[in-house]
Amino acid sequence: MARAATTADVFNAVAEPRRRQILDVLAGGERPAGDLIPLLGLAQPQVSKHLRVLREVGAVDVREDGRQRLYRLNGHALRPIHDWVKAYENSWSERFEQLDDVLDDLKQKEQGDGGSE
Amino acid sequence: MAAVSSGTATVTLPTDEQILITREFDAPKHLVYKAWTTPELVKRWWSGRRGTVTLAEIDLRVGGQWRYVMEANGGVEVAFHGEFRELVENERIVNTEVYEMPGAPPLPAEDEPLNIVTFTEADGRTTLSLLTQTTSKELRDMIMDSGMEAGMQESMDALEEVAVSLG
Repeated sequence: MARAATTADVFNAVAEPRRRQILDVLAGGERPAGDLIPLLGLAQPQVSKHLRVLREVGAVDVREDGRQRLYRLNGHALRPIHDWVKAYENSWSERFEQLDDVLDDLKQKEQGDGGSE
Repeated sequence: MAAVSSGTATVTLPTDEQILITREFDAPKHLVYKAWTTPELVKRWWSGRRGTVTLAEIDLRVGGQWRYVMEANGGVEVAFHGEFRELVENERIVNTEVYEMPGAPPLPAEDEPLNIVTFTEADGRTTLSLLTQTTSKELRDMIMDSGMEAGMQESMDALEEVAVSLG
């Protein structure tokens, strides 16, 4: 599957560990960019750069509040990532649920052979 | 009636080239191994609820071949095959696993993904771990059928919570 070479999609945007940290912080609620600087231990230009990338893919939204710019998470934009890994996990979970049934049968057969229980 | 199993498989991406799936089963490991390596039993679980296993061939010896074919709901055939590289009964299986992509040239042998399956028992329950080792991140991502960058699994739990609560 072809994918954008830049940070133009949400998969690439969250591949950067610092940007995942930003999302984790914003998961706790809306915050001004200034809060992120001490929390992440990054300089302001780096924080701004990461926020710009996250904004471009829609993972965060921003609004003006007086002199502050407040950032918040946009869960809808992260949905494709969640759905993708979940789909893979689900297909294996389905297999394993069937395997549970097979194992129940095998256990019963074994107990039957043993003659007890 | 046996206790219900824990439920979901756990998928993580330990490195750029790997996928790790783990799951606990309420059965001793010799039975999980048996269900994993016996064709008639594989037919009962390998397709999940997505179709029917129409062929399961297993030549269970080092150098032996295996091949599974599933007819997915809707009629599309999906086939995988590979070769056993290492077998320790009830403990460990190492095999190649190749997806037979219709119309695509076969993978070079050295690029075939390797599965390492281990069975660990405690208190009558078995933890199965299935590690898929590929030769490149591209192959790994292809296996997971999408283009995700590595390393994001650490945040997966947080992302899931977020997506569910806001989605």
